[in-house]
Amino acid sequence: MAAHAPAREKRATTLEERARQALAGVVDPELDEPITDLGFVRSVEADGDHRLTVHLRLPTSFCAPNFAYLMASDAKDVLTALPGVGAVTVLLDDHHDSDLINRGLATDAGYRGTFGAEAGNGLEELRLIFRRKAHAAAMERALSALLRQDPSLTEERLHDIVLGDLPSTEATSALLRRREALGLGTSPSDPVMVDDHGLPYQAGEIPLRLRFARSVRLSIDGNAHFCRALLRTRYPDAAQDQSPRQEDSTLVTPEKEHTP
Amino acid sequence: MYAKDGENYFIVDAHVALWDARPSNQLNIHGKQFIDCFYDYHRNLSPEAELWPYEDFLYYGGRRLMKDLFDDGHVDHAIFQPAHLGAFFDSGFGQAEEAFALAQQHPDRLTYNHCWDPRLEQKGIEQLRRDAARFGLKGAKLYTAEWHGDSRGYKLDDTWSYRYLEAARELGIKNIHIHKGPTIRPLDRDAFDVADVDKAASDFPELNFVVEHCGLPRLEDFCWIATQEPNVHAGLAVAMPFIHRRPRYFAQILGELLFWLDENRIQFSSDYALWTPRWLIERFVDFQIPEDMQGEYPPITVEQKKKILGLNAAALYDIPVPADLALAQPAGV
Repeated sequence: MAAHAPAREKRATTLEERARQALAGVVDPELDEPITDLGFVRSVEADGDHRLTVHLRLPTSFCAPNFAYLMASDAKDVLTALPGVGAVTVLLDDHHDSDLINRGLATDAGYRGTFGAEAGNGLEELRLIFRRKAHAAAMERALSALLRQDPSLTEERLHDIVLGDLPSTEATSALLRRREALGLGTSPSDPVMVDDHGLPYQAGEIPLRLRFARSVRLSIDGNAHFCRALLRTRYPDAAQDQSPRQEDSTLVTPEKEHTP
Repeated sequence: MYAKDGENYFIVDAHVALWDARPSNQLNIHGKQFIDCFYDYHRNLSPEAELWPYEDFLYYGGRRLMKDLFDDGHVDHAIFQPAHLGAFFDSGFGQAEEAFALAQQHPDRLTYNHCWDPRLEQKGIEQLRRDAARFGLKGAKLYTAEWHGDSRGYKLDDTWSYRYLEAARELGIKNIHIHKGPTIRPLDRDAFDVADVDKAASDFPELNFVVEHCGLPRLEDFCWIATQEPNVHAGLAVAMPFIHRRPRYFAQILGELLFWLDENRIQFSSDYALWTPRWLIERFVDFQIPEDMQGEYPPITVEQKKKILGLNAAALYDIPVPADLALAQPAGV
């Protein structure tokens, strides 16, 4: 994702450009990526009165409505916060809950106002679960890279690895961002291999915990690839809007060969 | 039976359907959205040569099913796992009567599993008793994201879910296939959360819980509970076709399943008609963990493939396996 950062930092001039830049700050919690990179932003239009209309799209009609709502309402929030913006309309297209969600967004009904009896207390716990998963995956990526780099390093010895031992790579900055999002320490002396609450594991536990973190990472990566591909199958023009997810080692045959 | 390189494989396709998603059977826009979503899965993950026209995908009928599974598809026995989706389709999505009639015509080839909905409460339990007797049920398919009135999903550890599982236990319906789809009430929770399966599996140790598409998109949560619950199994529906487009991802899924579960609790399924079994079986028999990944995941043995492709499901369903196709050590537990 670092490769795209310079483009985002470019001075945005028009309202539409500023809107797209703001939308790059909205993340799909499940895939741990900006909705702009995923191609979920279908269109951004500003009219003469600085009114914004944004259409969002998802890989299937049956994507989980709670995540769909989270992304759409986060999008509306970041757009509404833009200086000088008029009315903001965010529309989720072609989803089984499009009517419900779009009505809720238009009236700023909030999560409970949108879903009524189906909503419980709120979506904060859901966000937290996925921030934790994103952290576990980022931790595994950083540590596995370290293990590959230094064949003499054993998994048990990861216990003693602190943030300051990590090379300055994108994987390390990604880990630091995930730790920050969870409120975990980011000082160079903080241990890397920690649980959801930032507590270090016993050395003996580490191989199994690392193994579990790997399956979390595998799950997120696999879903991210599949959701991207499904979006292109559903909306062939989405391909041009998607940024590739880092290195896609799982794909061997050319994508376009099978996308009718 | 599929034979390759001197090895013979007994094949059980543990998840097939006979659906009718034609516009004439769609009740509303959601029926179309549902089958379109399936069709995108089909288009996205199938090899070019295996793509079906949309019209064929809407409805294919029993004759085509028999051909795709048994004449062309190497399958020895297949198990119907119907999703009712009564809120989307007039006569339901899975065609119960048509599938059951086919299973009656070919009892050595087909097993019919039925479905239930715990939100029908007592009336539904009475129906389940009649269904168990009529269909001779050994298993059931539960789609927890089924819509029903105002409710758009249920959990396996709900009070009424437990009453149905108690009835199932009593009626000898021992294989419970769970299909986790999105939309579980309350919406606050992760829709694909498998924690309810964990609870039910502990409380009903006599039943087998086969989690379809091995918990994807939450493989890690599924593996974590399956490690602890010996009666939780992985169904490979939807995971299988990744073997074509993303063989390295498929290798990782399989490697994780073999690590966290064991080779006796993984079952092949094509998820027909999302995909046809022939190419999946042929690719799987030829499949190996890529060499550069074998440090992480041990190579898959012929014996493991035989168990996954048929012997494991045969053991759960008491499907007779010809002696020359069985292993010296019987599969399953």
